[in-house]
Amino acid sequence: MYSVFVKEIRSFLSSLIAYVVIIVFLLAIGLFMWVFPGYNVFDGGYANLDSLFNIAPWVFIFLISAITMRSFSEEKKSGTIELLTTKPLTDWQIVLAKYFASVVLVLFALIPTIIFYISVYKLSNPVGNLDTGAIMGSYIGLFFLGAVYASIGIFASAVTDNQIVSFLVSMFLCFFLYQAFSLLSDFKLFGTYDRLVEWFSIETHYKNISVGVVDSRDVLYFVSVIVMFLWGSKTVFGSRKW
Amino acid sequence: MSIIVENLSKHYGTQKAVDAISFEAKAGEVLGFLGPNGAGKSTTMKMLTCYIPPTSGTATVCGFSIIDKPLEVRKLIGYLPELNPLYTDMFVREYLRFMAQIHGLGKGAKKRCEEMISNVGLTPEAHKKIGQLSKGYKQRVGLAQSMLHNPKVLILDEPTSGLDPNQIVDIRKLIKEIGRDRTVILSTHIMQEVQAMCDKVIIINQGKIVADDRTENLGKQGIEEFIIIVEFGKEINESLLKKIAGVKSISNIQINQYRIICDTDIREQINKTAYENNMNLLGLSLEKQKLEDVFKTLTKKTDKDV
Repeated sequence: MYSVFVKEIRSFLSSLIAYVVIIVFLLAIGLFMWVFPGYNVFDGGYANLDSLFNIAPWVFIFLISAITMRSFSEEKKSGTIELLTTKPLTDWQIVLAKYFASVVLVLFALIPTIIFYISVYKLSNPVGNLDTGAIMGSYIGLFFLGAVYASIGIFASAVTDNQIVSFLVSMFLCFFLYQAFSLLSDFKLFGTYDRLVEWFSIETHYKNISVGVVDSRDVLYFVSVIVMFLWGSKTVFGSRKW
Repeated sequence: MSIIVENLSKHYGTQKAVDAISFEAKAGEVLGFLGPNGAGKSTTMKMLTCYIPPTSGTATVCGFSIIDKPLEVRKLIGYLPELNPLYTDMFVREYLRFMAQIHGLGKGAKKRCEEMISNVGLTPEAHKKIGQLSKGYKQRVGLAQSMLHNPKVLILDEPTSGLDPNQIVDIRKLIKEIGRDRTVILSTHIMQEVQAMCDKVIIINQGKIVADDRTENLGKQGIEEFIIIVEFGKEINESLLKKIAGVKSISNIQINQYRIICDTDIREQINKTAYENNMNLLGLSLEKQKLEDVFKTLTKKTDKDV
């Protein structure tokens, strides 16, 4: 499994995907944080990273879908999946190797944003006057969010051998899970169940963690969604045997 | 027996791609899989490598069932798939190293990769990306990959496709060498290849085995006709030959040279007739049935039956 994981990472690095994703992510977030009026830290007047944590889930929808869209689709199309599946590897090992490689790439994209934290830390008055706890929590939340998106992307890629279809399906599912449920609950259609409907959306849990409270219920939610989509990927991937 | 196949079937809807085939292959044997397009060769190989499960029937590879112990089977098998899929954005060495790691070769991986690169004659191209290689060299990468872990069983789906004549000779030699102490199953539709490499041939048509024999025996099988070429030193009376029992037809192919098609080997009788009638016999030979003819007869026969 480790060898497949390493191969996936190497293929990200050698095919420019990794660099493009990281650069686009940092550029987009950087523009929102420091340049675009209305969003930037200076206009906000508070020493925080809110624009990073508000924009990142949206940027991730595009970027993570782009990272994961080829993981299974490309191998299915080129036939290399036959090579991989006739090696002594279980379906779980292949799915997990591809999943963790995508998660590591998400982590690579997140790490450089620490520079933003340091900048705001230095700019604040007095220096260092910012809510480090909340920012730590937000980072953890954002990492979980990326991990969930990656599992959705892997699932979408396992479903089809067409990368574009995989990309679109993944984007839709990410968006749907991120916000659709909380928007749905805003209609107040379900009476007392509104809170339950809202509970299904990633946004609710992401916002919970962003406050700086890493609640085990939120973590459990993220982990279960990841497990659910990975299990789905494994099932779809194994469906060639049906 | 390193491979035992029992009543293996694969159905796609109503189409029977492979229909209850059974055969065996032992170590030290190169087994050739022969058949027209869509006969079920690749499907059988895919089932043996645990890529797709059979609809019914079973097979064991070195004692491990392909249904219950797919991981064990995959460890033992080296497989070259039909269209030789490769990660085209990887370098040759990088790719082989990756495959070696999957097979758990660990520290010996590097040495083994270099060994395989020189064995298949990839050395001059080994520094390139796989995508930049020509078809023949890609095929060599695929072959190297399949033999990396010294598999007990080697399954090659059209191993020599896309190679030039020189390369084909090299690769055949390599496969034969490997087949000395291992089991090799290869599919092809090139007859000379079977004659050059295989100890045993299985001809498969429309999912069924129509012939399963040693290569040298197969030439005699499935053909009811014998063809004898006779040459005389002077003009002769054709009707004398026609009188011999078992003669079906006689055609004059050159001056004083005849092609006789008959039911049994009648060389002795021809000789006798020639001697008795003073026909001045110069040459008498039984034309060997080529595997092509056997193949044609066998695969056409079942077409008619169906």
